[in-house]
Amino acid sequence: MILDDWFAEKGWHLHPHQQAMLDRSRDPATLLIAPTGGGKTLAGFLASLDELGTKPPAGMHTLYISPLKALTADIRRNLRAPIEGAGLAIRVEDRTGDTTATARKRQRADPPHILLTTPESLALLLSYPDAARTFAGLQRVIVDEIHALAESKRGDQLMLNLSRLQTLAPGLRRVGLSATVEDPPALARFMGGADVLVADPGPEPDIAMLETQAPPPWAGGGGRYAIPDVLAQVRRHNTTLIFHNTRAQAELFFHDLWLANTDDLPIGIHHGSLSREQRARVEGAMAAGELRAIVCTGSLDLGIDWGDVDLVIQVGAPKNVKRLVQRIGRANHRYNAPSKALLVPANRFEVVECVAALQAVRARDLDGEPRGPGPRDVLCQHILATACAGPFDAGALYAEVVTAGPYATLTRADFDACVDFCATGGYALAAYDRWKRLLLRNGLWQLRDPRAALVIRQNLGTIIDTEKLKVRFRRGGPLGEIEEGFAATLTPGDTFLMAGQVVRYEAMRELTVEVTRNPGRDPKVATFDGTKFATSTLLTHRILEMFQQDRWPELPRHTAEWLALQREVSRLPEPHRLLCESFPDQGREYLCIYGFAGRNAQQTLGLLVTKRMEEAGLAPLGFVATDYATLIWGLERVHDAAPLLDPEGLRDGLDTWLRGNAVMKRTFRNSAVIAGLIERAHQGRRKTGRQATFSSDILYDTLLRYDPDHLMMQVTREEAERGLVDFSRIEEMLERNHGIDLVRRERVTPLAAPLMLEMGRVPVMGAARERLMEAEAERLMIAAGLA
Amino acid sequence: MNHPFTLAGAALVALPSGALWWPDRGILCVSDLHLGKSERLARRGGALLPPYEAQDTLTRLDADLETTGATRVICLGDSFDDAEAVLGESERLWLLRLMAGRDWIWILGNHDPAPMGLGGAHLAELVIGPLTFRHIAAGGHEVSGHYHPKARLGGTARPCFLLDARHLILPAYGTYTGGLWCHDPALARLMAPGALAILTGKRTFAIPV
Repeated sequence: MILDDWFAEKGWHLHPHQQAMLDRSRDPATLLIAPTGGGKTLAGFLASLDELGTKPPAGMHTLYISPLKALTADIRRNLRAPIEGAGLAIRVEDRTGDTTATARKRQRADPPHILLTTPESLALLLSYPDAARTFAGLQRVIVDEIHALAESKRGDQLMLNLSRLQTLAPGLRRVGLSATVEDPPALARFMGGADVLVADPGPEPDIAMLETQAPPPWAGGGGRYAIPDVLAQVRRHNTTLIFHNTRAQAELFFHDLWLANTDDLPIGIHHGSLSREQRARVEGAMAAGELRAIVCTGSLDLGIDWGDVDLVIQVGAPKNVKRLVQRIGRANHRYNAPSKALLVPANRFEVVECVAALQAVRARDLDGEPRGPGPRDVLCQHILATACAGPFDAGALYAEVVTAGPYATLTRADFDACVDFCATGGYALAAYDRWKRLLLRNGLWQLRDPRAALVIRQNLGTIIDTEKLKVRFRRGGPLGEIEEGFAATLTPGDTFLMAGQVVRYEAMRELTVEVTRNPGRDPKVATFDGTKFATSTLLTHRILEMFQQDRWPELPRHTAEWLALQREVSRLPEPHRLLCESFPDQGREYLCIYGFAGRNAQQTLGLLVTKRMEEAGLAPLGFVATDYATLIWGLERVHDAAPLLDPEGLRDGLDTWLRGNAVMKRTFRNSAVIAGLIERAHQGRRKTGRQATFSSDILYDTLLRYDPDHLMMQVTREEAERGLVDFSRIEEMLERNHGIDLVRRERVTPLAAPLMLEMGRVPVMGAARERLMEAEAERLMIAAGLA
Repeated sequence: MNHPFTLAGAALVALPSGALWWPDRGILCVSDLHLGKSERLARRGGALLPPYEAQDTLTRLDADLETTGATRVICLGDSFDDAEAVLGESERLWLLRLMAGRDWIWILGNHDPAPMGLGGAHLAELVIGPLTFRHIAAGGHEVSGHYHPKARLGGTARPCFLLDARHLILPAYGTYTGGLWCHDPALARLMAPGALAILTGKRTFAIPV
């Protein structure tokens, strides 16, 4: 190999999986599964460097795709060492949303040997008429962190684009690079079929529960009780990453950590809602080894290795074993060194979940929910983008699309419906005969108006931002962004947490929230749209299994005693029977359903069951849902839970309830933007004339009334049932259980007690919405002296 | 529930639908129907929106005419999304049926400055008793549209009427219309202190701006 001398000079050796990747570099498709720190990315590039060598022919040889923009810049720097060290004449460039317009144009005309890019930039490149020329000689495509891409529509889009590339460059060889996953063959199918190469997973991680002075609280999240113990660990290690599940919890924890940080240890915070400048500062400080700890969220799940991280602390239940394993890998990015991690359950129930997760990690038992077939909104966008590049034949495009893993089972009829949607809108009422977006001419589909390509290109991509407002100091720099909905709840003088600081809301100017520093006492917490993960099926099943043990020596005493008491007073949930408990408390009747179906499904269950209770005259007042249970309160005692939980009835309720629900409208908006029905709100364009644009909710309501089976409505339903509504988990729960046990007790049971303290209660409103508005209107009128 | 009020001595009623009803004169007034909006976007090569908005707008207008028994209708401008707006045949017939036997006035707006060839009177503005009806507020005791005001109450946003001692601004009546917050400077400078926002929806709610 051309790098042998350079390796020898450095005294480096190839890891076995790097050599194996070189050995099979001629294979059409390879998926490498390797732990973090295994030199995975270099393993992907070795063959390219070797083939290009000292006298590379002109044209693009290798395309590298990473989910993170920041990674491409970093890889470019990292490749410089071997290329310059071995005297190779290889040109490497990156291309992302930040690349200048002139550089982009030049890249299309005169491509570098190796182009580093993101799925969105690739989609854009492929939408130009000269794409065929740009990619004509392409030899290899490397998809980094493919396990992360496979979990979202970004991955579906990328796979469609790889199928496009394969047509443009028939000899193209594919390489996928992945962290440890539960089902490598599934990931190989996702990338359109590939031979799997699994690297040595390395030594067992050193992972345990953090021992704390105080026991965890009964309910709630955030892990604040553990702050002294976390600080003690930070002191003992070089650099600690402290992961949280949500941005809001990271903010709160960071705030309290600083209050307790009497030694003034340098600690930073990093999450996706902070401004780029804020994040860059923290990343820079970390790379320079200036930080002892970083409080973070999933924003640091992927990415380059910086600093000398020797400990990962996960605060809150990990929810998902696979992600936990990947996070643990962030500690000690050295090959064949064990990673060290500590878990901090946020409450009593999470203690059980953390122990279950530890056991799963040791058993190398990973979870993953199958994602189902590729969504059609992404396909619609792909069809429009393809039309931007030039006329296409529907049959040929269909044949190409089904080579993409996520779309392997797509029927021709479904594909044609997507083409029809792109061309005519796909409405039951044929209204756009004159103004079709795509026209069929001489057997080829093409844009009616070539100028439409501009709008379509602007809307490419599958990441949909909620409407956010920038936050900045009145005198000073940007801090980050908050959701518009949260900003609307603020009045001048309100304080909230942002980037770990308490700030005071002063004014809104243009689309910017102006704040001042204000170390007030009781700040609100900004809401961020960070995903709320539901506990995986694998973990909930492990917890149910654990409940069946006679004793629990592996649990801390406080938790073991709590479970024993529950068994004595009532009973513990079992894997194949659905346990419900009924009890009175302070004049209210409670019903607790231990569904173990994950937060989203338990929330949906709460909405559906309370609706059925309302119909049955059981006067429900509200409910609260966690990953394990739904607790409902009301005025009447439930004597028989079975009719409330009968699958047919729940399915009916879902159909009617789901239609008008805000969750559906949000899901619709995202799909409609991806499919090109709604144009993306571009920051600059939102400034004025807002009366000209109208809410996507209106489109949803209109379709619901006049065209309920429209493609977009089908996509929305599928999406919501898998996502926020998660009805599939409710069905899994009903299938798993062969009977329902309703236990009646005269007081709160030990297992239900923490639920009584949970935040996030949902009131059952029914017709109450208008009544609430009436009371509020009256209050405002009286306060203004107008009534 | 309706919201009755007086403006310059005229007894008016804000309807939950966003229409204004003047019982003494038998006048129903609606603003900013924006008929033909989805067709215009499609014509310009944009997205193909669900083509049901004219149907939906006319359904509501039909119902308001039925309930009030109005004999005179004032459409306060921007009734059509642009001068080339084309209605489907069934919608055109529907509109003609609503117009039949009624005194129908199209006030011209910025989107539809030219007559649409549907009959009825086309006027820049119209004075009836103490009130002037025009598209964009200009001063005096007037009823206008154009701004699509909306307001928030208890976390819910709704289109609204804006009312002070001299001016009334109507919400947009068309289905495919957005809104401008009533505290937006463009609207706030038109209204006197102590103005009311009358929210529309299933019923009306009056709140201070």
